[in-house]
Amino acid sequence: MADSQGVLVFAEVNNGKLTAAAKESLGVGTRLGGGVSAVVIGKGTEAVAKELVAFGADKVYTYEDGEMAGYQPDAYLQLLQHAIEADTPQVVLMGHTDATKDLAPKLAFRLKAGVVMDCVELEQDPSKGLIATKPVYGGNALAVSETNTDVRVATVRAKAFEPLERDDSRAGSVTPLDVTIDPGSLKVKVLEVRKEESTGMRLEDAPVVVSGGRGLGGPEPFEQLEDLAKILGGAVGASRAVCDAGWLPHSFQVGLTGKTVTPNLYISVAISGASQHMAGCSGSKTIVAINKDKDCTMFKEARYGVEGDWQEVLPAFIEMCRELRGA
Amino acid sequence: MPRTPVAGYVCQTILASGKDLGELMRIIVFVKQVMDPETPQASFKIDEAAIKVVPVPGIPPVVNGFDEQATEAALQLKEQHDATVTVISMGKGLVMDVIKKPLSMGADELILLQDDAFEDGDAYSTAYALAMAVKKVGDFDLIICGRQASDTDRSLVGPGVADMLGVPCITIGKSVAIKDGKVLVERVRTDGTELVEAPLPALVTVSNELGEPRYPTLRGIMQASRKQPTVWGPADIGADPAMLGAAGRRIHMTRLFIPTTEKECEFIEGDNGADAGRKLALKLREDKLI
Repeated sequence: MADSQGVLVFAEVNNGKLTAAAKESLGVGTRLGGGVSAVVIGKGTEAVAKELVAFGADKVYTYEDGEMAGYQPDAYLQLLQHAIEADTPQVVLMGHTDATKDLAPKLAFRLKAGVVMDCVELEQDPSKGLIATKPVYGGNALAVSETNTDVRVATVRAKAFEPLERDDSRAGSVTPLDVTIDPGSLKVKVLEVRKEESTGMRLEDAPVVVSGGRGLGGPEPFEQLEDLAKILGGAVGASRAVCDAGWLPHSFQVGLTGKTVTPNLYISVAISGASQHMAGCSGSKTIVAINKDKDCTMFKEARYGVEGDWQEVLPAFIEMCRELRGA
Repeated sequence: MPRTPVAGYVCQTILASGKDLGELMRIIVFVKQVMDPETPQASFKIDEAAIKVVPVPGIPPVVNGFDEQATEAALQLKEQHDATVTVISMGKGLVMDVIKKPLSMGADELILLQDDAFEDGDAYSTAYALAMAVKKVGDFDLIICGRQASDTDRSLVGPGVADMLGVPCITIGKSVAIKDGKVLVERVRTDGTELVEAPLPALVTVSNELGEPRYPTLRGIMQASRKQPTVWGPADIGADPAMLGAAGRRIHMTRLFIPTTEKECEFIEGDNGADAGRKLALKLREDKLI
């Protein structure tokens, strides 16, 4: 594909709504140059297509099929390949999500494309190709890579890039993908999705996150964190050690292999701040740490810290927060 | 184990291997040796000119955590079915006590890919070398590997090998079961799990949600110490040198650095812990954060 140019964004939809990941991918896509197309799969794609145009897409490919509303590995892979054949992009972008952690590597190897996952910076250079920066060593370091294959694939980290302002006056074309998927070609199938019941706010959307670590010693103290989260209108998170120990389900895990959160306020209690954890919370506007070890990494990333035993600090902190919030 | 016919190289490999089908199930596990991810941040240094992390004296490397979980998943399957577990590792600076850990956990054999030609690869050249090694091993039912290595955090090599071998791939599993010629995987999502299936032979990557890997027993360690790994170079696996190591890269790392933080933590002091806690709340109020 010597004449390949521009960017194709795989735009994910959740419950019929365009995801933030898709908007952010479009945002960085428009910056890379050469025009931006998007592909959307599932139900109600025509309405989503209009929104994609408003957020920067010049051209949208749709595949309308209610059966495909959730991620189906082999089917999505085929559809993306068709969209790429039609659009001949130089770069294929998508958010770094549950689906694309699976889809992006498979697509890249199928296309023999250079691929970088979980990028925090992206740039296109006429001679060097796609220049991508991603965290490595559990977030201890950043690696810059160049890839100059005909097509290049990248996933972008949540909230690392700004979406464009919505502009409903923008014009763009919508083309249905004319593809028939042979059911016999689908080997990898998602049979069932089991969502964990979550009470309260989604961790990723919460303006305040209160997280606890191994230092809490067991599951019980998380009730106090729950109280604090309620008072502050936030959600509870946890370190990987806490989830691996079974104190909380893994859906609470903040970190490299858990959730990435970027709240206004991140309050960490008894978390030492392994880089693996910091990778999931270092984008928070303000980090506050309570820990008894003055030298722990958490304090290095924190704006405010209290060095002390959480059992002494936390109850008084929660009471004062309650008083101040009149809750 | 009944076999489902599959397209691609593997079918040919099975036939070419000349082995009887339907006997022992063969599980292959990929294991990478990495820098200990628990290395204190203060000791973590990068040689920017060499674009490499500087090994920390006194902190030995470890088996990538997710690959230990891959070994655990394979050993659990071995307990449920008649199976052999073959481990493949690649690299030059392998520490034998470290890389033999899967053997002491209970794996049957260890194959090492060791040659200068394998060095400094990217996901493409690494996946290519591993795929060629798998073809040399011959017929297999399942490959299991970690979801990503804790050094490069790429999460690419597993899906890459699956693509090159032409077998289906399921990523980020928390449980792996085999039934009626299919692999069933509970795949981790940020909001729960999804149940995914694929026909065998297949490749599955697993995550920490799988649970603590078993500790090697004394007996296991003694048995492992008597086992000699098989060492293969590029010619042994019939690999094209142009596709190996640095020569086979499609992704070129040009810079590796430690991001600087200019954050200065303000420690809130108090007469005691409770007092400091109250003062912290007041401070956050003052900054309009709560």
